[in-house]
Amino acid sequence: MMALLRALLALLQRDLLLAVRRRQDALVVLGFFVVVVSLFPLGVGPDPQLLRSMAPGVLWVSALLATMLSLERLFADDFRDGSLEQLLLTPQPLPLLVLMKILAHWLVTGLPLVLISPLLGMQLNLDGAEIVVLMTALLLGTPILSLVGAIGAGLTLGLRGGGVLISLLILPLYVPALIMGSGAVDAVMYGSSPEAHLSLLAALLIFTLLLAPWAIAAALRIMLD
Amino acid sequence: MSDAAAAPAHTPGTLTPHPFPAHCLEVDSLVLERGERLLFNGLTFCLDAGELLQVAGRNGAGKTSLLRVLCGLTRPMDGDMTWDGVPVRRLDDGPGGHLAYLGHHNALKDELSAEENIQSQCRLHGCPQTPEAVFSMLDELGLGGHADLPVKLLSQGQKRRVALARLLLLRRPLWILDEPFAALDVQVIEVLRQALEAHLAARGMIILTTHQVVPVRGPQRTLTLGDGA
Amino acid sequence: MAQPRVQWFKFSSPPNFYDLSGRLIPWFGGLAVVLFITGLYTGFVVAPPDYQQGDSYRIMFIHVPAAWMSMFLYVLMAVYAAIGLIWRVKTAEVMAKAIAPTGALFTFLALWSGALWGKPTWGAYWVWDARLTSELILLFLYLGYMALHGAIEDRQRAANASAVLALAGVVNVPIIYFSVKWWNTLHQGASITVTSSPTMETVMLTALLLMTFACWMYSIAVVLWRARLELLERERRTKWVLERMGGKA
Repeated sequence: MMALLRALLALLQRDLLLAVRRRQDALVVLGFFVVVVSLFPLGVGPDPQLLRSMAPGVLWVSALLATMLSLERLFADDFRDGSLEQLLLTPQPLPLLVLMKILAHWLVTGLPLVLISPLLGMQLNLDGAEIVVLMTALLLGTPILSLVGAIGAGLTLGLRGGGVLISLLILPLYVPALIMGSGAVDAVMYGSSPEAHLSLLAALLIFTLLLAPWAIAAALRIMLD
Repeated sequence: MSDAAAAPAHTPGTLTPHPFPAHCLEVDSLVLERGERLLFNGLTFCLDAGELLQVAGRNGAGKTSLLRVLCGLTRPMDGDMTWDGVPVRRLDDGPGGHLAYLGHHNALKDELSAEENIQSQCRLHGCPQTPEAVFSMLDELGLGGHADLPVKLLSQGQKRRVALARLLLLRRPLWILDEPFAALDVQVIEVLRQALEAHLAARGMIILTTHQVVPVRGPQRTLTLGDGA
Repeated sequence: MAQPRVQWFKFSSPPNFYDLSGRLIPWFGGLAVVLFITGLYTGFVVAPPDYQQGDSYRIMFIHVPAAWMSMFLYVLMAVYAAIGLIWRVKTAEVMAKAIAPTGALFTFLALWSGALWGKPTWGAYWVWDARLTSELILLFLYLGYMALHGAIEDRQRAANASAVLALAGVVNVPIIYFSVKWWNTLHQGASITVTSSPTMETVMLTALLLMTFACWMYSIAVVLWRARLELLERERRTKWVLERMGGKA
């Protein structure tokens, strides 16, 4: 048990250390998120009311695309330098190792999106209460995006044009998270309670947390076979 | 962790480690097909403590594939593999718990130092090391001054030596090495040769592929993969 | 690993599957043609116009079976994929791959007929109706499956990887369906959907059932045919294929 815990922490620590030494990767994802959100007003015009009503969808779709962008490298670097093979040979259960890698990935790419979202929300004229709900929804939703996306990242390991393929595989599976996440913000905006949306989102997170690691582990085993 | 726990912990002076308990690996009627080509059919052999098995064959005969099957990375289409009489898939530590694999890649992270690389991997494999043990091992392999440098600053041969240090520190009875001598300078080949001999002397087992003659003393066997061997 | 095969699996051995499917395909194909003709005749000639929607409701006879098939086939594909992945049954892998294009075709048909029906009913070809939106996402799922299968060169790996994707998809399909439905009711309120004909006369029901059976027969025939070809290609070096192909080299 202790050996397992120590191994999982070692993986988390290694991935976080790598992210710190390659901080540009995480910053690029964050930058992408900010730029995409900032482009929308230029596309649809500066009408505050219109921007406000579009804000939940715009923020969520941008978060979704930013996550997508960062996923390609989740396993690809480990795959290329042989670390992934070594990971499969350790005595630790692969689904848990995978979960640690995703946790590290979320801490460096998902969490920053959540933290910067208030700023972008204000840019799109959301008020205080709406921003709180937006952050909560993103906090519950971005781990889902990372977990589900990791299935795609695993399945496209070592394929040509893997990045584009991931989007085709994974974006349809993002629909529930997108609907509930942006729906929560919509709900407060129209004066009703976002509770139902947020609880469903939380339920979806638990569900994904329980199932996705197995699918990802299976995907990795298959692609390294 | 039955195997690693039974073996004594690493002590400095590592190229001559304490002996392992006697193990045996049995492989029975292995079948593997790759991209519609039958690489081997009914491959059977067994390996005892202190033995070295060299897998030979022309390019594309399936040497690397065989090693990956033995590691449990590739699933054979049929056949059994047992370790001390236990099917490999049912071992407590998973199919890779009793072995250390050195493939074409060194499995090193460019941004981390040699020491960090080895530390994290040893902890992942369930046999954590003290920093002193890691440093003395790197010293012994002639990387004393480079242990704190990011691996990307090391030369190809030096990287291979870091991977070798990991192999030695993991203290696994079975080594599976894919072309371990490739692209190494004479000096490193000598270090590797000594390590292999010491491992065999300590009742370890080695399975390797190589294009060169293996300059190792001790019992050796060759398994040649050919068309439908 | 080498367990004795259960008797049931004998049916699924490639040569048996090949021979049996070869005999069955003409029957299913023939039945499909007969059912299509009678179904279309019943639906478009015999059945009376609807008192609310006039003749435009007749598109239902294509739309509804297509939509049903698209969902059934996805589940079926996932089941075959799972069998192939877990028990490593080659015929099941081949079946899963063979179902995908037919499933995608029916999904596309459902979308297209839905759009044609939408024009006279809603005044627009595309409305973000819950069912149509779900169908659209289903089409993306099918496309993703086929794209992944096509992108991986090694056939075994392609079958296994896309099986994982199909399973991830089939777990998600109900969640997607309900979230889309929920989204739809929150945003624009329930609208009339293609299936909600208030009164369904017996003739209409008969036509609908005939068309549904026709679609099933067609799917079985086409899928078996595709699976057969795929199996031949995958096993082209084996004895049984060489024997059946007239023993050339």
